[in-house]
Amino acid sequence: MTATAAETYNDRVVRQFAVMTIVWAIVGMAVGVLIAAQLVWPALNFDIPWLTYSRLRPLHTNAVIFAFGGSALFATSYYVVQRTSHVRLFSDGLAAFTFWGWQLVIVLAAITLPLGITSSKEYAELEWPIDILITIVWVAYAIVFFGTLARRRVRHIYVANWFYASYILTIAILHVVNNIEIPVSLWKSYSVYAGVQDAMVQWWYGHNAVGFFLTAGFLGMMYYFIPKQAQRPVYSYRLSIVHFWSLIFTYIWAGPHHLHYTALPEWTQSLGMVMSLILLAPSWGGMINGIMTLSGAWHKLRTDPVLRFLIVAVSFYGMSTFEGPMMSIKTVNALSHYTDWTIGHVHSGALGWVAMISLGAMYYLIPRLFGRAIYSVHLIEIHFWTSTIGIVLYIASMWAAGVMEGLMWRAVNDDGTLSYSFIEVVEATHPFYLVRLLGGLLFLGGTLIMAWNLWRTVAGAKPAEAAVVPLPALAH
Amino acid sequence: MADFFNSFWGVAVATVTIASIAGLICFAIVQSRGRRPPGAGTETMGHTWDGDLEEYNNPLPRWWLNLYYLSLAFGIGYLLLYPGLGAYQGYKHWSQNGQYEEEVKKARDTYGPLYDRFLHQDMKALAKDPEAHKIGARLFATYCTVCHGSDARGARGFPNLTDHDWLYGGEPEQIKESITNGRQGGMPPWGEVLKKEEIAEAAQYVLSFSGRQTDAGMASRGKEIFAKNCAVCHGQDAKGNPQIGAPNLTDDIWLYGGSKERIIESITFGRSGQMPAHKNFLDEAKIYLLAAYIYGLSNADGGK
Repeated sequence: MTATAAETYNDRVVRQFAVMTIVWAIVGMAVGVLIAAQLVWPALNFDIPWLTYSRLRPLHTNAVIFAFGGSALFATSYYVVQRTSHVRLFSDGLAAFTFWGWQLVIVLAAITLPLGITSSKEYAELEWPIDILITIVWVAYAIVFFGTLARRRVRHIYVANWFYASYILTIAILHVVNNIEIPVSLWKSYSVYAGVQDAMVQWWYGHNAVGFFLTAGFLGMMYYFIPKQAQRPVYSYRLSIVHFWSLIFTYIWAGPHHLHYTALPEWTQSLGMVMSLILLAPSWGGMINGIMTLSGAWHKLRTDPVLRFLIVAVSFYGMSTFEGPMMSIKTVNALSHYTDWTIGHVHSGALGWVAMISLGAMYYLIPRLFGRAIYSVHLIEIHFWTSTIGIVLYIASMWAAGVMEGLMWRAVNDDGTLSYSFIEVVEATHPFYLVRLLGGLLFLGGTLIMAWNLWRTVAGAKPAEAAVVPLPALAH
Repeated sequence: MADFFNSFWGVAVATVTIASIAGLICFAIVQSRGRRPPGAGTETMGHTWDGDLEEYNNPLPRWWLNLYYLSLAFGIGYLLLYPGLGAYQGYKHWSQNGQYEEEVKKARDTYGPLYDRFLHQDMKALAKDPEAHKIGARLFATYCTVCHGSDARGARGFPNLTDHDWLYGGEPEQIKESITNGRQGGMPPWGEVLKKEEIAEAAQYVLSFSGRQTDAGMASRGKEIFAKNCAVCHGQDAKGNPQIGAPNLTDDIWLYGGSKERIIESITFGRSGQMPAHKNFLDEAKIYLLAAYIYGLSNADGGK
């Protein structure tokens, strides 16, 4: 097949998702900042039930993971699969359905969670009618993505698409299995799993939401936008094969490390820990391929703030995927579990890796999608430094708070009694929570600067549809 | 082993685990073979996407491959030493319950004698012993403050332990019993038995004990209702009964609030406050010290 002269890419849906990526980033991060402030000043819930921490925390996690991260994944996967398959998206209608369907899911989440409607499964709080809607949208997403891939005009499937494909497939399985539940009313259901089995299914889902939604999907992003922005070939095809297969094979075993020293059978705990440690090298394979793609072009980091976003993201990815296996070791986990260290670890991944790579990709995408040059490179510089300092404050304060909590909880007096009561430990975290709030505010501030910069870039633009890139003469 | 209901599953899980790790190792070995000489990385794979996307084929970094093998080797070693291969218990026979019991035993051996010596002393005397007081305060901070507060003054539904008012008696032995076996409050709900106005009248009568009744007529009608229904537990004089934890209603101390509305709520819906039993995680000597400390809180002479 060859592209007809008239064939264009479907960039309309990409544009829609890209714009909503920025909108949901601001919403999700703003809720995060509010609940961080509530942890410093609890009175900030104003005694209004739907403003309490317990209801806004799931709203924050759902908004940043599924609304912001999800929109970024939809936008980039649709963009990348078209460009690297040299063909228009499989179905414009289904693609539009995934956009409106996904936005509906997000709006329903934003209404039900503050109302206290929840299945109470972490990162899967949405109730059964919304779960069904997610499933339908996700199946449509898979049809669009794999349909496009099936119609590609190049024989080889580009590495970014392997990662996107594994993320779409695995999330479908995880979502369905974890959310098997029995409805008792329109807005209440109970999981079919009970006790420790429920916990195991929950963390099998929870950790692979990290592994496939927040890792594999964003590695797909990394494999397109870093070589594009650096204008260098990917470092090693061989490495991408080895780390891809070992990563997706090993991740699925790692969930039990969330349940050390619980009722979960010991063999399951140990296996989860061992597989988490084996996961270190496959994870770092992605980091190496990202960073080494820059070899011969390091100087670009000095002048190109967008590339800096992407590379710093991959560096944080390397840090988090080192920290994760270490925290899965039983003896380390005995100190770190239930402390703010976990929160620090999650945010070094969520802010440092997921948000930085997404925002970098949006700086690449949005000006191109609207046919405009970026309004101000200088503002990207300011955004970069604001965010980076924000992340460092956030994770350093949570590390310090977490290690302090772990040590205070286990400190004993010479008579064997605990040195600190629980509330004394809570009090001691206060200054760290203040620093964390400052870090979150800086990160949100950077995102607002970005939104302003992109708004000035695209305001009034009349985007034209881009023609499908012709295949090089010798490609096959 | 109890984790599997028959031996097949243990073997199946172990087989899948071993095969998976072996598979990961074989995959890495096969893929790292046939490394091209250094410098070969300057040619791309010959595919181009989207105009300019290409791939080099640099060999796997040696240090990275070694790190990978190291983690796999560690995994194998760990699974041989610790439980992880199906029902196999591991060479070290480690278990989390074993670790817990060992730590508790060690703590008992270390600290046990420190506590046991107090068991032979009179609790009222212990309340004045500065060392016992110090340990008691620490135990209180760990086990009691969540409900009774850091200052032991309680909160709504959680008794104040400093005010001489005791639901189940304030003698050291009675306090010790409350901590050891817990207490289950049982004020039954009267909403189904009494009419609304009868409850309001009873509440007026109860308020009159602390000189706060607002309607003398209602209170006098309430007296009759009280005598018939409430006096069984709270006594004709309304001074309560520590045998069953029925509170004294005449001292203007209110566990669930002393406003008219709160009292009506208590009568209508009942109350079932619970003090959990502590005998399962505190040994006798610690409970003994705690009881002495709590006794001292409301007996100033026994305080310090």
